[in-house]
Amino acid sequence: MIRAFANPHRFMALSRWLAPACLGVGALLMVWSVWQGLWVVPQDDYQGGDIMRAMFVHVPSAWLAMASYMGLAATSLIWFVWRHELADMAAKSIAPLGAAYTAMCLATGSIWGKPTWGTWWLWDDARMMSVLVMFFLFLGYMALRAAMETRQKAARAGAILAMVGAVNVPLIKFSVDIWSSIHQDASVLRLDGPAMPPVYLTPLLIGGLAHMIFFAGLTMMLMRAEVWGRRGDVLIARKLSGS
Amino acid sequence: MAENAAMTPEFLIKAAGLGAIRGERVLFSDLSLEVKAGEALVLRGANGAGKSTLLRMLGGLSRPDAGAVERPVRHHWIGHRNGLKPHETPRAHLSHWGRVWGSSADTKEIAGQMGIERPFDVAGRLLSAGQKRRTAIARLLLADRPLWLLDEPFSALDTQGKTLVTGLIDKHRASGGAVIAALHGEAPFEASGEVQL
Amino acid sequence: MTAQSPLRAAFRQALGEAWAGGAGVLLPIGFFAGAAMLVPFTVGSESSQLSSIGTGILWVALALASLVSMERVFQADLEDGVLELWAQEETPLFLVAAAKIIAHWLVSGLPLVLLTPPIGIALQVDPGALVPAMLAYGLGGLAFFLWGGVAGALAASVARGGLLISLLALPLFVPTAIFGALATIEGPGGPSLLFLGATTLFALSIAPFAASAALRLAVD
Repeated sequence: MIRAFANPHRFMALSRWLAPACLGVGALLMVWSVWQGLWVVPQDDYQGGDIMRAMFVHVPSAWLAMASYMGLAATSLIWFVWRHELADMAAKSIAPLGAAYTAMCLATGSIWGKPTWGTWWLWDDARMMSVLVMFFLFLGYMALRAAMETRQKAARAGAILAMVGAVNVPLIKFSVDIWSSIHQDASVLRLDGPAMPPVYLTPLLIGGLAHMIFFAGLTMMLMRAEVWGRRGDVLIARKLSGS
Repeated sequence: MAENAAMTPEFLIKAAGLGAIRGERVLFSDLSLEVKAGEALVLRGANGAGKSTLLRMLGGLSRPDAGAVERPVRHHWIGHRNGLKPHETPRAHLSHWGRVWGSSADTKEIAGQMGIERPFDVAGRLLSAGQKRRTAIARLLLADRPLWLLDEPFSALDTQGKTLVTGLIDKHRASGGAVIAALHGEAPFEASGEVQL
Repeated sequence: MTAQSPLRAAFRQALGEAWAGGAGVLLPIGFFAGAAMLVPFTVGSESSQLSSIGTGILWVALALASLVSMERVFQADLEDGVLELWAQEETPLFLVAAAKIIAHWLVSGLPLVLLTPPIGIALQVDPGALVPAMLAYGLGGLAFFLWGGVAGALAASVARGGLLISLLALPLFVPTAIFGALATIEGPGGPSLLFLGATTLFALSIAPFAASAALRLAVD
C-alpha cells in the first residue's frame, strides 16, 4: 500500500478513481448519519435534549482533527526520513483540511455549548482547549510553508515544525487536562456517562467512518492538484531555461 | 598539523555525480571533480548558474540532490558574506575564530599582513566593504587548513588587495594546500583546472 | 584544544551580540513593563481584582517579551554569514544553538525575572509570594526562550518573521504557561513547580536539536 503511494505514477493512476469514489461513498454515508441524527434518533435528556444532535457532526470532526494531526506528523516523519515526495504532498494537503476540521469541531462545540452552558465558549473544557491549540498548530504550519522560498525548503521547514508539534501534543493535552481538572470538567459531551445506546452509537460511528473516507478523498484530490501544479512548474522552468 | 601532512590522502576533495535542483530548475547534474594538493580549481558560470550552490555543496552547507562529496581534510570557508558582525571589530573577529579553532596565531601580525592594522579596533558596521573582505580573508591565516573554499574572494578588494590575496593563494598552494574559488572575472592566479557551469 | 573551547567562544560571541545587537537588555524590559502597565488601564484598578490576576499578567507579559527578542537571534547570524561558518565546524550545531539561546536568555530573559517582584507589587500581588515565584518565572522563561528559539530558527530566512515566530511558538508555550501559573499560585511546595521544571527540561532536550535542523535548512 505504502509502496503504491510512494510512486507518483501509480498514485496518479490509483487516485484517479479512488479519490472520487471516496468522496462519493463518504458523502453518502455522511448524509445517512446526519439524517439519522436529525430525524430518526430520539432526543436524549442526559446529553442536553435536542441539541445533542450536533454530536453527529461535532464528534466526527473532533476525531478527524486528532487524526489529521497524527497524519501530518506521520507524513512529515516519512518525508524527513525517506524523502518520499508524495509524503510531503500529503502533509501539505492534510494541513488545510485539518485546520478546517478543527475549526468545524470548535464551531459545533460552541453551538452545542450555548444552550448547555448558556455561553458560546467555556474555557474549562479541556478537549475544546486542546483542539483550539491544535488549530493554531495547523495555522502555524501553513504560514511557515507559505513563507519559504522554494518547495524543498517549505517541505523541510514544515516537517521540522510538524514533528516538534507532534512531540508537544501529548504534553499540551496533559497540561490542559490538569489545568481544567483544577477548575471543573464541563465537557459538552459526557462520554463517561452510561454506555451510549446503539441507536445513537451506530449513526455516530458510521458518521465518523464517513468523514474519514471523505477526508481521504479530499486529501487525494489536493495531492493530485499538487502533482499537476508541479508538472506545470517543470514545464515553465523548461521553457525559461530554453531547452 | 604535522601528522596531518603525514597521512595526506591523494586528494583533498572529491565530488562524484553531483546534481542540484532549485525550485523546479536543474542547476547542474552529473558533475564530478577532484582536487589534489597544490591545485587551484576555478568555478565559472553566469549569474545564477550555480557557482555558489556548488561551492556550498563542497563545503557541506547544502545537501546534494544527487551524488556525494568526499572531503577528508578540514577546510576554510570565505563565503559571499563575510561573517563579520556589525558590532565586531576585526580584532574581536579574529580572536573569536582563533579561540574556536584553538589557534595560537598572533592576530595583530595577521592584521598587519592583511593591511587592516589601522581599522583593527573599528566596529564592523563602520568598515568599508574592502576592509570587511580583508578581515574575512584574514581568517585563512588563523589556522592551517589544507583546503580553501572561496566565493568571489576578490570582490570589493582594490588592486593592492587583489595582489595580496593572490600571493596568499600562491603561497598556500606551494606549501601543499589547495583552493577552489568561484570567480566571475579573470583569475589572477594560475588555475590548474576550471569547472564551467 | 578541548572540546569546550569552540562552545565557550560561541557562548561569548552570543553574549556580546545579545548585549550589543538591538539594545539587548533594555528592549525586552521596556516591552515587559509596558505590557504589564497596560493591564490596569484595561481591566480597572481595583486592588482585589488586580491582585487575583497579577501573577497571570506577569506570565503573559513574560511570554510576549520572550518572543520580541527571538526574531534576530538567528536571523542576524544568517545575514552576517556567521551561521554558515558555524554550520561547517566540527562542533555539533545543536550545542551552538543551545549556547546561543541560553546566552540570549541570560541577557534578555533573566532581567525580566528580576523585574517580576517590583511589577508584581505594583499589580497588588502579595509581596511575600513574589520572591519564591521568581524561580517559576526563571524556569518558565527559559522554556519560552527555547521554543521561541526553534521558531526563530525556522523563520530565520523569512523577512520580518516576527509575527510568524509568534504564531509558531505560542501553541508550544501552553504547557509552560499552565504549570507556571499554577506554580506561582501554589508556591514553591506544590507539585506544579516540579511539572514546570519537567516541562523546561523537556524543552531543553528537544529544542536544540529542532533548532539546529532548522538552522541547517536556513543556511542551505
